[in-house]
Amino acid sequence: MKTKGLLAATTVVAMSGFAVTGAQAEDLTLCWAAWDPANALVELSKEFEAQSGNTMHFEFVPWPNFADRMLNELNSGGKLCDLLIGDSQWIGGGAENGHYVKLNEFFDAEGISMDDFAPATVYAYSTWPKGTPNYYALPAMGDANGWFYRRDWFENPEIMAAYKEATGQDLREPETQKELLQIAQFFQGREIDGQTRYGAAIFTERGSEGITMGATGALYAWGFKYENTPGSYDMEGAVNSPEAVEALEFYKEFYKTATPPGYTDSYMEQGLDAFKSGQVAMAMNWFAFFPGLYADPDVGGDKIGFFPNPGQNVEASTLGGQGISVVSYSDHKEAALDYVKWFAQPEVQAKWWKLGGYSCRNSVLNDPTFKDSQPFAADFLSAMGNVQDFWQEPAYAELLLAMQKRLHDYVVADQGTAQEALDLLIADWTETFEDEGKL
Amino acid sequence: MVGPLAFATLSRGTLMSDTPIERVAKATPPTVGRWIRGLSDRTIAWLFVAPTIFLLLAINIFPLIWTVNLSFTNFRANRPNKEIEYIGLQNYERILTDGDIWLTMQATAHFLFWTLFFQVLIGFTLAWLINRKFRGNDLWTTIIVLPMMLSPAVVGNFWTFLYQPQIGLFNYVVEFFTGTPASSFQMIGDVSLAPWSIVIVDTWMWTPFVMLICLAGLRSIPDYIYEAAAIDRASKWRQFWTITLPMVLPFLMLAVLFRGIENFKMFDLVVQLTGGGPGSVTELTSINLKREAFEKWRTGYASAYAIILFVTVFGLASIYVKALNKVKER
Repeated sequence: MKTKGLLAATTVVAMSGFAVTGAQAEDLTLCWAAWDPANALVELSKEFEAQSGNTMHFEFVPWPNFADRMLNELNSGGKLCDLLIGDSQWIGGGAENGHYVKLNEFFDAEGISMDDFAPATVYAYSTWPKGTPNYYALPAMGDANGWFYRRDWFENPEIMAAYKEATGQDLREPETQKELLQIAQFFQGREIDGQTRYGAAIFTERGSEGITMGATGALYAWGFKYENTPGSYDMEGAVNSPEAVEALEFYKEFYKTATPPGYTDSYMEQGLDAFKSGQVAMAMNWFAFFPGLYADPDVGGDKIGFFPNPGQNVEASTLGGQGISVVSYSDHKEAALDYVKWFAQPEVQAKWWKLGGYSCRNSVLNDPTFKDSQPFAADFLSAMGNVQDFWQEPAYAELLLAMQKRLHDYVVADQGTAQEALDLLIADWTETFEDEGKL
Repeated sequence: MVGPLAFATLSRGTLMSDTPIERVAKATPPTVGRWIRGLSDRTIAWLFVAPTIFLLLAINIFPLIWTVNLSFTNFRANRPNKEIEYIGLQNYERILTDGDIWLTMQATAHFLFWTLFFQVLIGFTLAWLINRKFRGNDLWTTIIVLPMMLSPAVVGNFWTFLYQPQIGLFNYVVEFFTGTPASSFQMIGDVSLAPWSIVIVDTWMWTPFVMLICLAGLRSIPDYIYEAAAIDRASKWRQFWTITLPMVLPFLMLAVLFRGIENFKMFDLVVQLTGGGPGSVTELTSINLKREAFEKWRTGYASAYAIILFVTVFGLASIYVKALNKVKER
């Protein structure tokens, strides 16, 4: 009986494998950034390997080099990646330059509906031109820039009393950007447990996208817009609005008065290090890191708390996250599409969230148990409800580098005023859009 | 078997009076040998240098010509489907009128001048000291040249830790000698200090190179010249100005040429150390060029930029080599 049972089981597994692939076993390479969720995806993908018989290989590149490495790969028509979990901003270039396979027909044939995924993620990660039903990726990893803090310090009676005395307010999770700064300034240089602590670790990195991702947290909260009318590339008065100027001045003040010394070029890793080493009371970072932080034996568990990016004039968060695309230069497109089909299944998405990935599927997000499934789950939902993203134009890299330069020049290098920085940014972006033939 | 046979033939059958063609012909199989005998010395010489010339053309000259061609276009390597337009001198005009480009040129000039100044000053002094025979001379030489054996990327990376205001050794050393609190200044985060931070690291790394070249120069001066000067009762100071410095000068100028060209295209060390920041104060031309070419993908624009830099380096180096030759002739 045992042998018969084993044979039957093997047959079922083999049949199900054929059902998914309908073809010979293949080697697939999935490219992504090297970070915590990537490890979760490796674990998750074992199920796909077992079902399909395909072998998964992974090419994970550290974040500072991720864009450079992958965009070079795409631009050279490289065959390294069959599947790419690329940044949301690459979607325009991926679509217009023919790097990504258009997935509409595939979705229709396989019954994959974009209505089953959170609208904000479909808009940001999948569509080009923006908001049109032209899909080049399946929303794979929802993400936004959020905050975490030392709950044990926030709940320490002595510190609470000191804060009350200093500000006349209760020490709590901040609800506005200005309250956030006030708390950070309170902690700046404060002695706690015999060590000097600092306010918060924020993004100031110059080389890739750091300072833009950090500063937009403030800019969006003040109501910053890229264009007066979406799609018009009419930036004068939007990018350099009085609100935008005030937000940028705020971010500079934050950097100057509430961050540890030497944080002139810090991004994800440096922020995590600052928090884990007990240097700072708060830190901004992507929700993707929150499961790992919560599990950290030194600063996780009861010692850590989370909150979404506080609003100011409006509630807003900077969008992170990515969609999964099939690379058009791949020799294994069919198998890669099989992976996308498998990944889109509700049960796989549920497991993805359990392992530490951020599913974008409504069946996961709208599940009544979702909000309580992790201490940061409700904050994630709240943040994803009002995310805003950077330009997703084919010329995004050029647009991003211009913003990196102008923001770093003003915030870190003390050059010029916020108004001048934003005016120069409009000039840079105008030049780019003129080159693109869009202005 | 051709190799050993050829060697045997060459060693047994050749005479020193044979011409090069005869020797080659004797060392090859008879059919090929007859063909070779029919070739002139000039043809043989061309045959030998042809592979090198071909490689040079393929790797250096063709890309250069191609770059010149691209510099007159709006080509972007990441837009294979976009039509390429010839836009004349527009790229050159935009570069030469761009204030940000001139700022990177200034940053490069600052870096170049001060690194050369300190490396020559310290390198020569070290060479002069090492040249004086003393116990442990070789050990000190080895210790001094250690930094230049490291990878620039590694050096850049670990100096970011040394410069860290809270835990970095550099700030504590400064505090020890000057009393300035270690966490009160940031070498790579401060606009006024960051340009000096890259000068310090490059000087630390490459002064030994200048020292070695100067040492070679100092050791090439025959002792009898000093002995003659001593007999003429020339002071040490006079010996230095009239013998040592003039005779080492060609070596010193060679070191400046090497370091100047290297530092003009400095990239890895500075990228690791400051990433061109804060803002753009340490964004040297090579970093800026890389961003234009491989991050913004403005290939035509970046080609024009590269040509401008090439002409600048080539022009300056040519003038300098002429001056070097004049010094050597003296």
